[in-house]
Amino acid sequence: MEPTSPAAKPQFSPAAQAEIKRLLTHYPDDRRKSALLPVLHIAQAEFGGWVSPEVQDLVAETLSLRPIEVYEVSTFYTMFNLKPVGKHVLEICRTGPCMLRGSDELTAQLERITGAKVGGTSPDGLFTLKEVECLAACGFAPVVQVREKYYESLDTEENVNAMLSELKSLVHRPILPWEETGLPTSLQNN
Amino acid sequence: MGRKLLTEHVNVEGIETFAVYRKHGGYRAVEKALKMTPDEVVEEVKKSGLRGRGGAGFPTGMKWSFLAKPEGVPRYLVCNADESEPGTFKDRYLMSKLPHLLIEGMIASSYALGARTSYIYIRGELLYVLRILEKAIAEAYAAGFLGENIQGSGYSLDLHVHPGGGAYICGEETALLESLEGKRGNPRNKPPFPAVQGLYARPTVVNNVESIATVVPILNLGGDEYAKIGVGRSTGTKLFSACGHLNKPGIYELELGVPVEEFIYSDEYCGGIWKGRDLKAVVAGGSSVPILPKELILKTAAGENRLMTYESLSDGGFVTGTMLGSGGFIAMDETTCIVKNTWNFSRFYHHESCGQCSPCREGTGWLEKVLHRLEHGHGSMHDIDLIVSVAKQIEGNTICPLGEAAAWPVAAAVRHFRDEFEWHVTHPKEATQPGAVYRGNLVLA
Repeated sequence: MEPTSPAAKPQFSPAAQAEIKRLLTHYPDDRRKSALLPVLHIAQAEFGGWVSPEVQDLVAETLSLRPIEVYEVSTFYTMFNLKPVGKHVLEICRTGPCMLRGSDELTAQLERITGAKVGGTSPDGLFTLKEVECLAACGFAPVVQVREKYYESLDTEENVNAMLSELKSLVHRPILPWEETGLPTSLQNN
Repeated sequence: MGRKLLTEHVNVEGIETFAVYRKHGGYRAVEKALKMTPDEVVEEVKKSGLRGRGGAGFPTGMKWSFLAKPEGVPRYLVCNADESEPGTFKDRYLMSKLPHLLIEGMIASSYALGARTSYIYIRGELLYVLRILEKAIAEAYAAGFLGENIQGSGYSLDLHVHPGGGAYICGEETALLESLEGKRGNPRNKPPFPAVQGLYARPTVVNNVESIATVVPILNLGGDEYAKIGVGRSTGTKLFSACGHLNKPGIYELELGVPVEEFIYSDEYCGGIWKGRDLKAVVAGGSSVPILPKELILKTAAGENRLMTYESLSDGGFVTGTMLGSGGFIAMDETTCIVKNTWNFSRFYHHESCGQCSPCREGTGWLEKVLHRLEHGHGSMHDIDLIVSVAKQIEGNTICPLGEAAAWPVAAAVRHFRDEFEWHVTHPKEATQPGAVYRGNLVLA
């Protein structure tokens, strides 16, 4: 059996490094740990939508923290994916107000269309389905978040299909500088 | 239609930019504040009667006056933009549409409190709103309203936005501060209160987005004028987020005192219940406040019209009343299963419990589990008393109010809809049919 070469140690891109440097100016010099959540967001965006142990170690090193200080945080907050995910993670709100307007049906529909089960990824690797709690968009339920964008009023076939075809058409989403994702429909000028 | 103090210009083209916001009277409150002493600004907020818009309703001016001010020690203002209470979506709206209103409020409030660095802690899911705020903050720096020597006043302020990572508990102010320090969001034991030892163990005030934004109209009008709006101790205007089975869900700014019935049924507001159905119940102030059946949300037990005010919504205490809370107004039509909805909320609180206190960590789990079996037709009559008893044992026995938030919805649901819970026990087959709902003795598929 061929010896497996050790995976290359992950490195932040120059754009990410510059952003981290900017973020660190927000906190007192002896409080670099404050930048942990924002830096974890950058790391997740840079390294394929999830934070592997190696990536978390990189975050620890970047902020001069012990690795455990990163692990205990990454496992507490729900936004950080600790396992590999598909190209797009569909975070489906399942809380009361969305349930009242059909989030159960939406979840079943998305499972059917994508072939993924909640907590898993579709066979083509495009979509991971994840159920989340209230996204603070209850008046425009049911709601799905994909990275920085909210898709709202997904109680019609039309809106669901529009979301999925928009996501399929995205060839590559640049990480930094932050792309403009556009406002959800409810927040556009009415 | 009542006065709009926060959202008057919300639909003006380009209002999210500094230039347009300024043209519509923006940053006048900051100019006014900088000509006053910090204590005078605090005094105006006290006079306004403003009560915290995040949910607790504690008077903002009084909270400010508790801030410790030891010589030579920095103090902080932190804006709580961790909007996560189910049913509540007003702060997201305010920040995306009117970022400069929040920034203006932050500058005036920071000046009043003597903070030189302030933070907006925004829930991580709202990263796109964080970008909007950062853009607006950069504009405010460029215009000399942030940074060194603001408008030549000698006062300097830095303002930063900080994202969370997905955790309801970080809306609790001490959990929020832990999170801002880069830690797990475990609420702190109090005392010491944040006003004495908050962010980085420095004196800190934490205020909700809407509370801070409201400081702007308070300064523009003057505290006394502001206090004339509204009813009694419910002064001013407030944003309500209406959702659930309404014809026109959305965000409404109301002068406090509009009758609940008008809010639900008038075309000016929510336009009635969707699909021509009847109203069954309302959760009036975010998922943690007690649910009320139609009869009790429209009228108090004494038969008076219930109003959208702190006092009127809590009339009757938790026996026949509820709370204004965050203004997250969830309406449920006659086809709603109260047992299922209660189970859903319990699952939420179980998921969001930080796990620090055993009554909450274990109790929320048991509530979810027992409600799940009741909803799915495997419950017993004893289970109904069991959830009430578990809720009682959580309440008051935890470091932070998530315990109460988890307990209240369960206690109220059983109090007002006990026969529906019993029906799930006595008629498990009917109750578990898809779309089945209890209405007296009727089963509707």
